[in-house]
Amino acid sequence: MIVKLIDFLRDRLQLVIRLSFVGLALLVAWDVLFVSKEHAHTWAEKNIPGFWAAFGFVACVVIIIVSKWYGHLGIMTREDYYDN
Amino acid sequence: MITDFWLHPALILIVGAFILPFLPKWLKRPYLVIVPTLAFLDVLSMQGQHGTFGVVRFLDWFLTFGRVDGLSMVFAYIMTLMCIIGTIYGLHVEDDFQHVAAWLYVAGSLGVIFCADYLVLFLFWELMAFASVFLVWFRRRPESLAVGYRYLLVHTAGGLALLAGLILRYQATGGDLSFGPIGVGSPSLSTYLIMIGFLLNAAVPPFHAWLPDAYGEATVTGAVFMCAFTTKTAVYALARAFAGMEILVPLGVCMALYGVVYAVLENDARRLLAYHIISQVGYMVAGVGIGTELAINGACAHAFAHILYKGLLFMGCGSVLHMTGKSKFSELGGLYKKMPMAFVFTMIGGLSISAFPLFSGFVSKAMIVAAGFQVHNYWAAFLLTLASAGTFLHTGLKVPYFIWFGKNNCSQETWDKAADPPWNMQLGMGIAAFLCILIGSYTPYLYNMLPYPQIAAGYHPYDTYHLSETLQILLFTAVGFFLLIKKLAPEPKISIDLDWFYRMGGRGFLWLAQKPIQWADSCVSEGYRYVGLIPLMTTAKFWSWFDWHAIDGVVDGLAKTVRGIGGLVRRVQSGQLQYNIYYAVSFVAVALVLYVFA
Repeated sequence: MIVKLIDFLRDRLQLVIRLSFVGLALLVAWDVLFVSKEHAHTWAEKNIPGFWAAFGFVACVVIIIVSKWYGHLGIMTREDYYDN
Repeated sequence: MITDFWLHPALILIVGAFILPFLPKWLKRPYLVIVPTLAFLDVLSMQGQHGTFGVVRFLDWFLTFGRVDGLSMVFAYIMTLMCIIGTIYGLHVEDDFQHVAAWLYVAGSLGVIFCADYLVLFLFWELMAFASVFLVWFRRRPESLAVGYRYLLVHTAGGLALLAGLILRYQATGGDLSFGPIGVGSPSLSTYLIMIGFLLNAAVPPFHAWLPDAYGEATVTGAVFMCAFTTKTAVYALARAFAGMEILVPLGVCMALYGVVYAVLENDARRLLAYHIISQVGYMVAGVGIGTELAINGACAHAFAHILYKGLLFMGCGSVLHMTGKSKFSELGGLYKKMPMAFVFTMIGGLSISAFPLFSGFVSKAMIVAAGFQVHNYWAAFLLTLASAGTFLHTGLKVPYFIWFGKNNCSQETWDKAADPPWNMQLGMGIAAFLCILIGSYTPYLYNMLPYPQIAAGYHPYDTYHLSETLQILLFTAVGFFLLIKKLAPEPKISIDLDWFYRMGGRGFLWLAQKPIQWADSCVSEGYRYVGLIPLMTTAKFWSWFDWHAIDGVVDGLAKTVRGIGGLVRRVQSGQLQYNIYYAVSFVAVALVLYVFA
């Protein structure tokens, strides 16, 4: 059943991607229009629309790029590095 | 009704472990479930009976084995529960000693959780290290032995720091060994040494490299136990003694980010999960450092949730390793058709650790971040939120994607072997998955157990702002993941970590032993040969010559003379009686004549 569901979605990958983007847009719209910012901790959260969406995306990109940059400084090495 | 009788749950596991190898085969499986269940029921029976039990007089000290309070109970509850789940997951393992090691390890953890003085703490602290190392050695690969020794070496060093700290503290306080809040306002050398002992077990950088090293190499079931107990027992010890120690906040935040960076680079699924333990324990350490009631609640709640979802993730990736023999992303991929159940369970673990609404991490992690914002520690709260994006990136997306989807890197043999694991492994995962969802969906289950339940009851994770915030962060992290997926493609490489220093340091020591020390040894030998041996041999030769020609000459001369005389005597003595009488009489006659005429 699980395999069938996954195959069903994979067969319609483009549709799934489009629906996901629609879902993301709706989420940000909901946040901007309806969610009360009463519990926001800082100025930025209150005044920048979609602050956390931007934060999530930028965080992800920064983590990947910084980590890979760090890894390729020489931290990542061959698997038998410690073998004699 | 309070009775004097108090049974330590660690005792149930220790006695149970020693009986196990002697049982007939048919009894072993039920027994494996019964013993940890008894320990769990024992802990349940203590609820509401807070107090001090199991006080034993030993020499000049009173040792306290049983302090039952809110903090110890929440940890004891989850530890014994995880022991049941882990043992069910490992029911198929026929090597009794793996179960024995695992139970003794859990017993060590429970001993630390219930003790109220440093002597008992130290005893059980060491039991944990020495029992758990067998969970690495039982993998029985050539490298397992070396990894186990490294693990033991590091933990022994940590144990020594702890011991030194508590001896100094004993001296400074005039004999106080009680294990409680240590006075973080005026830390001394002993405070720092004890803290280093705890931080090493909590895998706080720079004392963390033992963790991915050992957990990546442990047996499939061993790793499920190890991921739960060592670090979380250390979090308990920190929460007990070091609540409000400010340095723990930056250390915790560094841990949270450090684990994330290494998880990006990691190619081995179980090592990735191990790096993510460092990241997650970072939240707990930071929570302890913030030290408010909400923060301590958050640290305990997150430890509770973490044990279950991390156990679940290790079970999921462990089942892939168990079935296929592989755990590297560069040797897996596309397995959803072959191992769908393992995928679903791992995904539940992934969503829980990522703090998706309705899953356990959502109700625990948020408490720590909220405590950070509450005390206006904005940089810590924002950086921890940044790390949570990294959590979803790796554990929620990278692990499932590169094992069950993505490019199929499986060899034909791996593909043929891949299938969902045996029923007991699925049952273990099922229980953990159920609890992850229960904790996330029904908050009173966990919140009522926390050390400050009234504070917890006043915290509501499911408000619209928090929901919107979390969903945006996570879903936009997913967008970033799929956009940069090529950058994340697995590379068959390892990443150098701080264990480099003692691994290469050990090699340096060997080199030192082999090269300069051996060279010096050769020099000394050569010098000795010239200065000592040759004159000695010359002297010896001289004495030999002297012995031969002088002493032996004298001795031989004597011998020759005696022999000559003997020959003469022999010739004189013919052996006939009458000649003998003749010689004797002649001799007497000559003597008589000489006597008369002289």
